[in-house]
Amino acid sequence: MILSIASGKGGTGKTTVATNLALTLSGSARVQLVDADVEEPNAHIFLKPAFMETEQVTVPVPEIDEDRCTRCGKCAKVCAFNAIAVIKDHVLVFPELCHGCGGCSLLCPERAVVERPRKIGVVEAGVSCGIEFVHGKLNPGEAFAPPVTRAVKKRVRQDGIVIVDAPPGTSCPAVEAVRGSDFCLLVTEPTPFGLSDLELAVEMLEKLGIPAAVIINRSDIGDEKVDRYCEEKGIPVVGRIPFDRKVAEAYARGLTAVLTFPEWREVYASLGDRVLNLARAARPSRAPAGDERR
Amino acid sequence: MIKAAGQTSLHDKGQPIQITVISGKGGTGKTSIAGCFAALSAPSGDAVFADCDVDAANLALILRPTLKETHGFTASKKARIDPQRCTGCGECARACRSEAITGRDGSFAVDHLLCEGCGICSHVCPTGAVAMEDATSGRWFISDTPYGPLVHARLSPGEENSGKLVTVVRNKAKEIAESQGRNILIIDGPPGIGCPVIASLAGVSCALVVAEPTLSGIHDMERVLEVCRHFGVPATVCINRFDLHEQSSRDIEEFCDRNGIEVVGRIPFDRAVTEAMVRGLPVVECSDGEASKKIRRIWGRVLEIASGAGQPTAAR
Repeated sequence: MILSIASGKGGTGKTTVATNLALTLSGSARVQLVDADVEEPNAHIFLKPAFMETEQVTVPVPEIDEDRCTRCGKCAKVCAFNAIAVIKDHVLVFPELCHGCGGCSLLCPERAVVERPRKIGVVEAGVSCGIEFVHGKLNPGEAFAPPVTRAVKKRVRQDGIVIVDAPPGTSCPAVEAVRGSDFCLLVTEPTPFGLSDLELAVEMLEKLGIPAAVIINRSDIGDEKVDRYCEEKGIPVVGRIPFDRKVAEAYARGLTAVLTFPEWREVYASLGDRVLNLARAARPSRAPAGDERR
Repeated sequence: MIKAAGQTSLHDKGQPIQITVISGKGGTGKTSIAGCFAALSAPSGDAVFADCDVDAANLALILRPTLKETHGFTASKKARIDPQRCTGCGECARACRSEAITGRDGSFAVDHLLCEGCGICSHVCPTGAVAMEDATSGRWFISDTPYGPLVHARLSPGEENSGKLVTVVRNKAKEIAESQGRNILIIDGPPGIGCPVIASLAGVSCALVVAEPTLSGIHDMERVLEVCRHFGVPATVCINRFDLHEQSSRDIEEFCDRNGIEVVGRIPFDRAVTEAMVRGLPVVECSDGEASKKIRRIWGRVLEIASGAGQPTAAR
């Protein structure tokens, strides 16, 4: 069972829910925590895993063999991202624009383009409190997160319970994180910003055909519009967690609620039960992407 | 050593001062603060606003906008396979590195969410069955607000956020500033450190990093400050909800001090901020509480630094 935790809005409590849920469920199941927020991974701060493996993530970038190159310019013509230019007698490559599609290399009539790996981040894997842990880190200064996210997702287990902590937003980094999950728990806050971004997240999940439930964090600060929206859309609200100053302070120190305050174990245990029951009962509906049917 | 704001004045004559509010971590208060900056700039009538968090745009929710213009945005093309011409050879799927093409019953189809628009499939297809088509992936808007013009956007959920739409929003806002003789561009930036953040930072006069006083917040702040340093963007920091964990606030101040970054202010936790948001207003418009007071002071200092008029106190 692959459960993703997403939100739309940043700072609603995805990592908090992901780590506390992982700790709670690990008592009775094999659990893997996958932190797929490769731009700003935080789960390791709370689970403090012992890392045992590091993998470099690279993207292929073209390199021109000047001896073979006839300056025909085909590479520049086929590049959809303007990452190659042929100017006078020189072929210029702009690695930061390159998407690694391999078109230049594949289509060069002189086989003058080779691809060299360029490092953009790392994947680290380890163990914490009996939980398998994996996360990715995009190198600051690099633009594209998805290749690192994909490298992280390759390590998702197909057995046991996998919890994927997603980044904020609803564009490609978040899509890469939640793609392939059986169910998504959306963490939101009952404010206008929370609602606006929740609607986007729900739209993203509908496009991906992933069923969802909502948990409302800091439920006592805001208004009732998120509740009404969930009711209208028929999205189950599986929990409402009021703001708790002592939990917030523990969070600030890198401590999880369930390991610091025993009364929170029951909160997350019932949350876990509700979510897993919904996930098992859900029948994912896959809408066709774009205009094509798979 | 990370450059302190104000060491290079990027304000050329005729170019607006550009201030971007970023954070690294989500939910630190960027939009609430950027919205206040918009309100505080209003008396001078000298500012334009850009919401560059096109993935989850919220600034409009507290600026009471009146929509004036809507435009479609096309980021890239998407491949489409004509089933009549497709012979099922599978060359397209083999060439596709995004795994966007799959085949069933002898014909192949493209998943638009995975397709990055590189076009290799259209080049390798022996029968010309693949066409690359413009795909609208979002919209951008120009609105009037009581404080000044606002440029904002909505990227369709699931779409690639390569920073192109961010750049469109920024460029349009800059154009409006120049045509209306407004000298300040206030940019509400996205969370993270990837392309959309980089597009929000390129060439700005000053970045304000809104930090959360928690271990996660500090971790993320350091990463986004590294991005600022990498691209040569002067940065300052403010600490939001500093009283939630004063030890972490001190840690942030020590980090900034060691790295020559000015901390322009500390804002206390104040429910008035959320209450204002619920009312659709920036907190400085409807509260004279502690958060409001602190944000006013921060605006004054950030403006000084961005216009090159004030020397940052943390400069070495």
